[in-house]
Amino acid sequence: MANLFIVQAINLALAQEMEADDRVVVLGEDVGKNGGVFRATEGLQARFGDERVVDTPLAESGIMGTSVGLAMAGMRPVPEIQFEGFLGPAYDQLVNHAARFRTRTRGSITIPLTVRVPVGGGIHAPELHSDSPEAIYAHHPGLKVVMPTTPYDAKGMLISAIRDPDPVVFFEPKRVYRAFREEVPEDEYTVPIGKAKVVNEGSDITVVTWGATVFECLKALDELPEDVSVELIDLRTIYPVDVDTIAESVEKTGRAVIVHEAPKTCGFGAEVATLIQERCFLHLEAPVQRVAGFDTVMPYYKLELDYLPDADRIGKGITECLSY
Amino acid sequence: MPKQVVYEAKIEYLQILDENGKLDEELAQDTLTDEQVVFLYEHMVTCRHYDEIAFKLQRSGRMGTYPQNKGQEAAAAGSGFAARKGQDFLVPCYRENAALFLHGLPMQNILLHWMGDERGNLIPEGVRQTPIAIPIGTQMLHAAGIAWAYKIRKEDKAVITYFGDGATSEGDFHEAMNFATVMNAPCVFFCQNNQWAISVPREIQMASETVAQKALAYGAQCIQVDGNDLFAVYKATREALERARGGGGVTLIEAMTYRLGDHTTADDARRYRDEKEVEAWKARDPLIRTRKYLEARGLWDDDKQSKLEAKAKAVVSEVVKAAEGIEAPTFEDIFDHTFAELPDELVRQRDTGRTSSIGQHPEQAGLRV
Ligand SMILES: Cc1ncc(C[n+]2csc(CCOP(=O)(O)OP(=O)(O)O)c2C)c(N)n1
Ligand SMILES: [Mg+2]
Repeated sequence: MANLFIVQAINLALAQEMEADDRVVVLGEDVGKNGGVFRATEGLQARFGDERVVDTPLAESGIMGTSVGLAMAGMRPVPEIQFEGFLGPAYDQLVNHAARFRTRTRGSITIPLTVRVPVGGGIHAPELHSDSPEAIYAHHPGLKVVMPTTPYDAKGMLISAIRDPDPVVFFEPKRVYRAFREEVPEDEYTVPIGKAKVVNEGSDITVVTWGATVFECLKALDELPEDVSVELIDLRTIYPVDVDTIAESVEKTGRAVIVHEAPKTCGFGAEVATLIQERCFLHLEAPVQRVAGFDTVMPYYKLELDYLPDADRIGKGITECLSY
Repeated sequence: MPKQVVYEAKIEYLQILDENGKLDEELAQDTLTDEQVVFLYEHMVTCRHYDEIAFKLQRSGRMGTYPQNKGQEAAAAGSGFAARKGQDFLVPCYRENAALFLHGLPMQNILLHWMGDERGNLIPEGVRQTPIAIPIGTQMLHAAGIAWAYKIRKEDKAVITYFGDGATSEGDFHEAMNFATVMNAPCVFFCQNNQWAISVPREIQMASETVAQKALAYGAQCIQVDGNDLFAVYKATREALERARGGGGVTLIEAMTYRLGDHTTADDARRYRDEKEVEAWKARDPLIRTRKYLEARGLWDDDKQSKLEAKAKAVVSEVVKAAEGIEAPTFEDIFDHTFAELPDELVRQRDTGRTSSIGQHPEQAGLRV
């Protein structure tokens, strides 16, 4: 066991998969000598050489498109896109190519790549360094989308993603990269893609969230009166979503609040709310509530804390849903 | 003739003021007057001081991440000075403060931007430039489009766009060069080749020996200049802009310079580059070189220098005061510039501060409103 931050758990997972499988290559801007701008790939180039840990040209379409080619040729590319805002140039290669090859070749060409992308706000970063675009990628058939929030999950899910036969968008909530440490086994283990986690058991209301807002929700829970019993679910995987865990919980509680940083409209909360409505209609005692980012451009950092759902807004959402 | 040479090219390198402050008189003809050099030297020193203060503001927690411009002042000031203020248009990335200020951008705007305040991007009436661009390379296409519009409307204006060596790897650079040349748009591409893109040196970024030669593939003209030489930068840029305005085509200028600081305040360049390299480039600092030149011509002395430094300090301290003194942005600011007219849902979100349906309509839950 080692006591690690998320970013270190990711580093460990990368190192172990590179050790175990020489098809695994890490590529991206500044991932080599510099160890990545968040240091997630620190030490990997020194250990595995510059043919397997590659500082690429500054070109996201190039990184993603050549990763598709590397994957086709039997490698297991793990590209890094420096910030979620820079997925823009990579979008075409990711959604129109990586996501579609299996389908369009009837399974004869497959793209086992894992693109790692720091995501979300709250770190006082410049523009396009704080967005939450997970729903966009979840909307594209052929991509798996995950967002672990703890060191243990990050390591286990990254190993699952690298071993997955299909493209995985691996979002890393940068706000909590170094927020806390957790005991992480040194040995390799996997945490499955597609399984949510009940972080806190409860009986009055279900809160579904993912990414850094898991911790805002925990704060909100702390501030609620003691007799309020909240079941908190960390979705962990956005797609394929673990509807069973959500439904089981809402059938028990009859009420649900979904919390995410991304804008409300067409955020992944809309999908979760619909699934709850479809699966738990007769159990519902209140309309499903969404506590989300506003439908605006993510503001520059002076206002980012006003934008992001915080414990106060989450707490209000929970209380109101309970009083319905 | 089954085999023949169909294309041959040479890349010119221009230096007028060398590292020791010695001027090539012939090449310097019709470039900068003494008065102009003094003016630009003063501007560069002020911008350097601004840069140092910005760095300190970040270090003391008064500002977010900031990319230092240190070492690249001549490339920015020389090229910016060559563009006609109020007429030509600047499309920058983020390492040419000196050019932006010359064209009338209030100095506090750049600080505000890095302080996480969109009001730093508010370009005053009559100032012809876009705000600094964070996503690498994207701005060059905008420049090509603006220049294209000038051509359509037969306006006697040109556009200059700035970018780094790393940015030439993005597809947008190649598309912008191609559009600009195909449309014969009056656009000048000014690459500040500071040798590094964060931790990636030029040799790893590209296999071509120069950035300049990339122009040839698109039918643009090109030149490599000593980017720490005010005269060479000014001359090459002025000629390129004149040519562009006259319908003579697109030019790619590669200014050879060096990022003397870290990539940004979030970076530690010691992790990836050799201190000796930095030392070697310190000797080519554009400020030192320009000062030597001015001193040799009897236009500058220690007394003038200390007066200038005092003035720069005063100017920058006023700018910091203005940036820090601005009233806090309001919650409504998050919403109000999203559209010309806000859709109803956005108005609800703004007015209630809530996205949840009960939060927006408390009566739904039988809550007292
Ligand atoms: C599209 C995009 N990808 C990645 C980044 C992260 N990033 C910021 S600056 C930079 C390097 C830029 O190098 P260069 O173009 O040489 O400009 P310099 O910073 O050296 O002036 C990178 C990779 C970004 N801002 N935008
Ligand atoms: Mg550079």
